Amino acid sequence: MADVTIWGSLRRYTDGAETVEVAASTSRELLEALVAAYPGLADQVAAGVSLSIDGEVYKDAWFTPINPDSEVILMPLMVGG
Amino acid sequence: MKKIHVSLTVNGDAVDYLCEPQETLLDALRDHLNLTGAKEGCGTGDCGACSVTVDGRLISSCLMLAAEAGGVAVETVEGMANGAELHPLQRHILDGAALQCGVCTPGILVAAKALLAQNPDPSETEIRYWLAGNLCRCTGYDKIIRAVQSAAAEMRGEA
Amino acid sequence: MGREFKILGTTPPRPDGIEKITGKALFGADLNVTGMLHGAVLRSPHAHARIVSLDVSAAAALPGVKAVITADDFAEVENAANRDTLHNCMAHGRVLYDGHALAAVAAVSKSVARAALNLIRVEYETLPHVTDVDAAMQPGAPVIHQGKKHKLAGDDVSDNVVGYYSFGHGDIEAGFAQADTVLERSFKTAAAHQGYIEPNACLADFKGDKADLWVSTQGHYLVRDICADILGMESSQLRVTAAEIGGGFGGKTTVFLEPVALALSRKAGKPVKMVMSREEVFRATGPTMSSSMDVKIGMTADGRITAAHARLRYQGGAFPYAMVMMGAMSAFAAYDLDHVQAEGWDVMTNRPKMISYRAPGAPMAIYAVEAVLDELCQKLDLDPLEVRLLNAADEGTKSSYGPTFKAIGLKACLKAAQAHPHYSAPLGPNQGRGVSAGFWFNFGGQVSVSMAITPDGTVNLTEGNPDIGGSRASVSMMAAEELGIPFEQVNTVIGDTGAIGFSDTTDGSRVTFTVGIATIKAAKAVKAECCKRVAKIWEIDADAVEWIDGAVHPTGHNAGDFPPMSLAEIAAMAGRTGGPIAGHFEGAPDKAGVSFGVHIVDTQVDPETGFTKILRYTAFQDAGKAIHPDYVEGQMQGGAVQGIGWALNEEYIYGEDGVLQNAGFLDYRIPVASDLPMIDTVIIEVPNPGHPFGVRGVGETAIVPPLAAISNAVARAAGVRLYALPMSPPRILAAMDHG
Repeated sequence: MADVTIWGSLRRYTDGAETVEVAASTSRELLEALVAAYPGLADQVAAGVSLSIDGEVYKDAWFTPINPDSEVILMPLMVGG
Repeated sequence: MKKIHVSLTVNGDAVDYLCEPQETLLDALRDHLNLTGAKEGCGTGDCGACSVTVDGRLISSCLMLAAEAGGVAVETVEGMANGAELHPLQRHILDGAALQCGVCTPGILVAAKALLAQNPDPSETEIRYWLAGNLCRCTGYDKIIRAVQSAAAEMRGEA
Repeated sequence: MGREFKILGTTPPRPDGIEKITGKALFGADLNVTGMLHGAVLRSPHAHARIVSLDVSAAAALPGVKAVITADDFAEVENAANRDTLHNCMAHGRVLYDGHALAAVAAVSKSVARAALNLIRVEYETLPHVTDVDAAMQPGAPVIHQGKKHKLAGDDVSDNVVGYYSFGHGDIEAGFAQADTVLERSFKTAAAHQGYIEPNACLADFKGDKADLWVSTQGHYLVRDICADILGMESSQLRVTAAEIGGGFGGKTTVFLEPVALALSRKAGKPVKMVMSREEVFRATGPTMSSSMDVKIGMTADGRITAAHARLRYQGGAFPYAMVMMGAMSAFAAYDLDHVQAEGWDVMTNRPKMISYRAPGAPMAIYAVEAVLDELCQKLDLDPLEVRLLNAADEGTKSSYGPTFKAIGLKACLKAAQAHPHYSAPLGPNQGRGVSAGFWFNFGGQVSVSMAITPDGTVNLTEGNPDIGGSRASVSMMAAEELGIPFEQVNTVIGDTGAIGFSDTTDGSRVTFTVGIATIKAAKAVKAECCKRVAKIWEIDADAVEWIDGAVHPTGHNAGDFPPMSLAEIAAMAGRTGGPIAGHFEGAPDKAGVSFGVHIVDTQVDPETGFTKILRYTAFQDAGKAIHPDYVEGQMQGGAVQGIGWALNEEYIYGEDGVLQNAGFLDYRIPVASDLPMIDTVIIEVPNPGHPFGVRGVGETAIVPPLAAISNAVARAAGVRLYALPMSPPRILAAMDHG
């Protein structure tokens, strides 16, 4: 299991919860489990998200391992200049 | 469209081209003589990327008609180095990291050379005002000003 | 601090330097090929109109015209983002902003192409338009595209709101209740253009069903994949070569001319060159967002922030986009806060679609935050740097956008600023000093690098990221450092899309970090191969050899008594020991490491004219490890000056008719040399734990602090505070008159 922090405006889809618990050992499993548990997140996940895992931001890295005590933050997909 | 035949010297060589009446000296250099060192950044004389000298005078080549250039002597960035030997301004711009993208660099070099021809020991303020017609968006001008100062010092025999 | 480097930290001349100082470097508009046609684009004079009829027959009949295209020449595109991109490059049914393309021609000369544009007949039915962000959000505003409203936008805003985000933690109301002083201010910032000096340019050449495209871009793989999709090609059929790029700053991370040039070339069967005029660059490429913002901060009497709230409304032009999130995520990133919330709305208007501009979304948000902080410092009579230090984020801080920071350099920058002589230098009348912190995320992402060892033992490194600020130098340095060979023995080139694998675009301050990691890994592969070869040559075990400073050595006397073999010696024998030696890396490194900076600026405001002079400027920034310090300084100086322009002069000015009024460098005034002092720099190095050499991206952070730093300096110099950018002389004068 991993605790995932959901950003403010998406908490509408998690019954207001800032942090939700999902069973996952990789990024891909985590995103799949999130959408399965909270279908309202599907659009944003499809539009693009990054994951911050223990303070490092990962973009589209499906196989990044997630430990039970990892800090996981859902973030939008970002671009730079 | 009837074309106009123009003979002139560019970087010391006699050349000629056929131009349309509305074409600029910059167009002629780039499109007819294949000297693409001078750039068109604006076409309105605001950016200085097309700087060349005509009979020793610094101009924006986008503001001079190609048809008006008969008999003049044009100097461009392509004529700055003496064979493989770089002009001191070129060396100091390169060694001083005074370019990033490099698209304004030809104009800056031509303009700075024209400054040092008439004022071998310009103050920082004089350099800044002389180069105020040459836009650079990458460097913030700091290293360009320093490179012109150090090249000028070398050319005066001080460095 | 840790590892000693031989090459990193030195300042060799860049490998592409000679071409650029002799005029030989070929930029986007500098390539001419035999039989080439010249393309030109017809653009809308209206902010919003329906195209009732579009008759190109007279243009097509003009002698010398080889192709005319409109939206009808493009098939429908399935991918929504690419479809929007196509519709931005060529209007479909409606023109959505002043300058929107609706037809294009290719002809034997520029003058014939321009004459042909004049023969195109268009009948417009003008439609209501909106260019201001607050007006565009109002229910009842003209809607640019129906059906694009963001699901979370709410009922009290118009359908132009295509994004809504909020970030933060804690309970801001509880936090504000703990404050001794709460200050809320509203701000506006104008749209600014990246202002690259080289106008967008490309040359497209179809050959049968394949095509070559030469283009000034920050990402030629991105251009390839967007254009291939729009043109109905396979990506492998389109080979894109990145020209030398004359500035980008984020502005060249999409396409404008490229699909048009390709479609013209396909129709005409000839190469087509297209070059924008400066007016076209302003009217029809992407500036950055304009903004309207509210920021509220609560503070204790001794300067501790108790709560912070920002509401950011960004205007991003005529198509859906997602940028305000980065403003909302970065707004309070510099501070360690218990109660924080930042909300953002992305809004469409009848303006050109925005595109990234250096730290996109962050400068305006952080401007508003740092201005409120400064005003609180004035009200509470506190030192601005002390207050920032008191609240600064550090390693272990839970950031306002979620992640817990690793090692970061903000406190080091603030302390360096405090200790710098600039901060305590005396000021004269009408002079004021301002400070601001700044932040950018920095990104990693996909990268490909190929390192080939030539028979003489020198290195050809091919990478896929256009070099916008000297990255070939820094990449060559990292290769030389890792291999232990001289810098001059590495030649780095940017490959075309057929040369090596995919690379993400040159953006997000990612190149030195990402290509650096790839280069180090490719070099490690080369070293391993060399060790293997030499072990075979010496007929000893592979683990009995090691790589030291550019040569393979026996690991010790037990391994055997062999003189070291240099890379040149190994390369010379490669043909007999197994063939060419090379290393490569394809991957997607993450862990880019965020970057902070702090700027100090002194200004003098003329009370008669409202003119602001920049007297002194010092920028402090954490670079992790500065590979080539001159080019790191260059990024800091260039970013600072772009920010100075944004703060004082630069703005898109639209009339009531929705037409851009200042589409040229005369009226959209970017800083010139005589506007500025030297920009002093202090590079801080807090190594990024996610990079073998400690590198952090440095390109974007420096544009963030200047907006507030200058605003804060002007407030202290003029005695009145402005809440809108740019602070042009008439605005400052008006504020002083009312103050």
